[in-house]
Amino acid sequence: MGVSDWIRSWPVYRQLTGADRLGRGDAAASPKSREREPRTADADRVAASVCPYCAVGCAQNVYVGSDDAGERVLQIEGNPDSPVSRGRLCPKGSASKQLVTGDHREERVLYRAPYGTEWQELDLPTAMDMLADRVLDARRKGWQETDADGKPLRRTQGIASLGGATLDNEENYLIKKLFTALGAVQIENQARI
Amino acid sequence: MGSNMAEAHPVGFQWVMEAKARGAKVLHVDPRFTRTSALADKHVPLRAGSDIAFLGGVINHILSNDLDFREYVQAYTNAPFLVGEEFADTEDLDGLFSGYDPETGTYDTSTWQYENGFPEDSVEGERHREQSAGEQHGSGGPKLESGTGIATDETLQHPRCVFQILKRHFSRYTPEMVERICGVSREDFLEVCRAWTSASGREHTAALVYSVGWTQHSMGAQYIRAGAIIQLLLGNIGRPGGGVLALRGHASIQGSTDIPTLYNLLPGYLPMPDSRHADKRDYVESIRGTHQKGYWHNADDYIVSLLKEYWGDAATEENDYRFDYLPRIDGDHGTYRTVMDMIDGKVFGYFLLGQNPAVGSAHGRLQRLGMANLDWLVVRDLTMIESAEFWRNAPEIETGEIVAEQCRTEVFFFPAASHVEKEGTFTQTQRMLQWRDRALEPRGDQRSELWFIYHLGRILRSELAGSTDERDRPLLDLAWDYRTEGDGEFPEPSADDVLRRINGVDLTTGELLDSYQQLTSDGTTAAGCWIYSGVYAGGVNHARNRTARTEQDETALEWGWAWPANRRVLYNRASADPQGRPWSERKKLVWWDAERGEWTGHDVPDFPKTTPPEFEPEYGESGPGALAGDDPFIMQADGKAWLFAPSGVADGPLPTHYEPHESPMPNLLYGQQGNPARKVYGREDNPSNPSPPESGGDVFPFVFTAARLTEHHTAGGMSRQLAYLSELQPALFVEVSPQLAAERGLENLDWAHVVTSRAAVDARVLVTERMRPLRLDGRVVHQVWMPYHWGPSGKVDGDVVNDLLGVVLDPNTMIQESKVATCDIRPGRRPRGRELLDYLAEYRRRAGVTVETGTHVMTADTTASDTTGPRATAPDATTQDATAQGTTDREEDA
Repeated sequence: MGVSDWIRSWPVYRQLTGADRLGRGDAAASPKSREREPRTADADRVAASVCPYCAVGCAQNVYVGSDDAGERVLQIEGNPDSPVSRGRLCPKGSASKQLVTGDHREERVLYRAPYGTEWQELDLPTAMDMLADRVLDARRKGWQETDADGKPLRRTQGIASLGGATLDNEENYLIKKLFTALGAVQIENQARI
Repeated sequence: MGSNMAEAHPVGFQWVMEAKARGAKVLHVDPRFTRTSALADKHVPLRAGSDIAFLGGVINHILSNDLDFREYVQAYTNAPFLVGEEFADTEDLDGLFSGYDPETGTYDTSTWQYENGFPEDSVEGERHREQSAGEQHGSGGPKLESGTGIATDETLQHPRCVFQILKRHFSRYTPEMVERICGVSREDFLEVCRAWTSASGREHTAALVYSVGWTQHSMGAQYIRAGAIIQLLLGNIGRPGGGVLALRGHASIQGSTDIPTLYNLLPGYLPMPDSRHADKRDYVESIRGTHQKGYWHNADDYIVSLLKEYWGDAATEENDYRFDYLPRIDGDHGTYRTVMDMIDGKVFGYFLLGQNPAVGSAHGRLQRLGMANLDWLVVRDLTMIESAEFWRNAPEIETGEIVAEQCRTEVFFFPAASHVEKEGTFTQTQRMLQWRDRALEPRGDQRSELWFIYHLGRILRSELAGSTDERDRPLLDLAWDYRTEGDGEFPEPSADDVLRRINGVDLTTGELLDSYQQLTSDGTTAAGCWIYSGVYAGGVNHARNRTARTEQDETALEWGWAWPANRRVLYNRASADPQGRPWSERKKLVWWDAERGEWTGHDVPDFPKTTPPEFEPEYGESGPGALAGDDPFIMQADGKAWLFAPSGVADGPLPTHYEPHESPMPNLLYGQQGNPARKVYGREDNPSNPSPPESGGDVFPFVFTAARLTEHHTAGGMSRQLAYLSELQPALFVEVSPQLAAERGLENLDWAHVVTSRAAVDARVLVTERMRPLRLDGRVVHQVWMPYHWGPSGKVDGDVVNDLLGVVLDPNTMIQESKVATCDIRPGRRPRGRELLDYLAEYRRRAGVTVETGTHVMTADTTASDTTGPRATAPDATTQDATAQGTTDREEDA
């Protein structure tokens, strides 16, 4: 490297003589940082999504790539096209990659028996069958055909549900529909809270 | 007001800052100085729980100084309508309205009706409250027998016209009274009044923003009514830059009410039928008047289309579309009542679907004791939350109230798919549906709720196949044939197919519907949620619309889809004057195009497209055809906005200042202390701190409020497990003023504990001047606040702040009063184990707390002729729901 090249490689020189007078772009770049690529560059595809936290509805782009272990989320960013959020995300929205990829996520069905002191694993189809039996039992125990005046109630007070506010509309729709057909009425949501 | 938008909805707040940069003035009226206050032009602190006194003061200021937008008020609100002679106001009854029943603590609203030729049904107040009927008007307004023929006085001078009633009702909400009740100086109050009233008229508008700081009160619906009255008086509804903007807290809270998982609602705000409805005809007649105006008149179309979606071919005209299959409610089946029923052994199974009530609901101890007394509990979540592990990490383990080896509840934990691993729609705070694509598949046993419910239903139906029990018919006849994707025994159901059926289908052609106006009651249409009809108009999923903001105008109709009919500003007919012309060039949104004979504009007009501005309906006409050309409020029974609510509100036709359930102050305006219709549960396990006129309140002398932080999410299930967020906000704290710190010996960053009659909670002390002592009626009142995101699990843990709160509810919504209570605060950490129970018992003993404390809801003296001041005693006190038999024993069983 000659002296003039050496001087030109000095960021302050570039900042003073180039277009990047604030030193926040090209002037500050080093050869190493020039070679770097954003982690989104390796994405196989980008899915259009929406932040799951508050109710503003910031649009997200979910970058998905794959390696030997299978597909994984590489990054989640705000979508600049959105008239709601213009690409911005708050600290929670910005952390949503950690929300979906973190090791806090449970992957297996767990079961705690009555009077038990530990979790045990249960396979999913077995758990669903066990649950179906219990639903029918609780429904029967809490069944009320009529009120004191003989007016039809056709319901059970034996089963209750409380849903979160990150449920999709389609999910809420099926929850209400199934429970209504079962006669369960204590079907509630964070929206009450 | 009642919102810390910069903290809780930070990305939405960019638009407030944009407006400020363009010259808008931003005022923040809130108990706390917050991130929002820091960015506002002015912060006005007030006592938590005193907002209606403040808002009533603003209304009085507007009416006493003739500052209302008279042309708007006369044409678009019910100001000119006459109310019947039997109506009596709080001015006459020491804080009560006519129709109050001291036995049940509820109102018969029949004396609040308009004067017209149609007698209204008598309304059973108790049912109204217990079934949270106020909440059932989310899309269509309350019923009136007739929308035409109401007696009016266009001059607004008749003593029984709404305008004059309003004026009288708020006449004692003077600046002096605001100062004494709220702790807001006259100067600050008048500055807010001046700013607000100047943003009114043809050329100007103001927007009002609120959040759960308003809803979570024992009179939360009335806070919002008070805000809406101001916005209507100033002509700020249905206009660009106006509105009452409810900032909902979570991704799909709006969706969860539109397509409810709520006990009192069916999709589209159709009320859940109750035991008085013998058939569909009874039901429809009870929710809409025969001669009322507007689109809610067509409720029969909406319910029949829903029944056709639920039960398909099994629902026919002959069998009343299987209306009999719907279970009936007959009272309070809300989440808090249900939890008490769990403790009382009446509930056997409980599903928690992405919800953590052990931390997130008021009175956490009640929640956990309820879970500990079930046959089985299902928890579906991304991560292990407190509600799944109460049997080993609840605070009651330490006190010995829950012992794993003695706790019979069987717990199933199902791991959930995250928002990127499933497709579907959220409906956010602006009523907009946005579709999410599935980015990738979940791992292991992780599944969507759609999968879980679909397959649970499938298994139940196959187990019951062949059953002859009449009880099983609704399940066996259910239309449960959703399209699935993938192979095997457990394929994923298609969210797209569910959304199509929510949108609705013409059963004669199989085509998707374009609009709710195509729905019929003859069984030829099926639609799961009438207000969402049109999201799939033309066979296109409009929730998936993603035209970039740079490629469309600022109304952005091509991004997502807003109900109803993709209208972005509700009631936008009011953005034009009665003649159909924009109020001003600056504020133009929707107007009448006389040449083309239709409404047009930047937004989708929220009005019958070809009804001209000068149109007048015939007397006795009903439905959309009865809407006059100047009736912008097309879902209201009379086409007008209601300053005064002749029906539909459980606790009064007008907002009235009552003190919170727990307050250090007597009500300075009336003898009636608290909301006389609030829902109280007098039980040993749900004690209240005393409030005037009860004695003992000085044991809990401070005002408590709770709120959230940007870096955490509600009960913490989606934030306390994340390293980034936990590092940003690592610990629970309680923020106090330097004066209170000095009074109680609290040191910044040291431990302190906050105490109520329910719990004591440890927190780090944060001493700042952001918390300001208030001078109220000659005394100083301190306020403290805590964020409520912590619990025993996660990367950062802490005590559960919601344990401090008791259960007392707004009678319209059955939402808890969690934004205000009273408390004590002491330096150092709280006692542990059994000593904690003794410590709390001693507090209750000192305060004289019994099962009846707080349940004497009526304190007004309606017999006194002079009702200008408060009463010192409760001459006609009434106990509501103090039915505590057995609860003491139960507590120990659990």
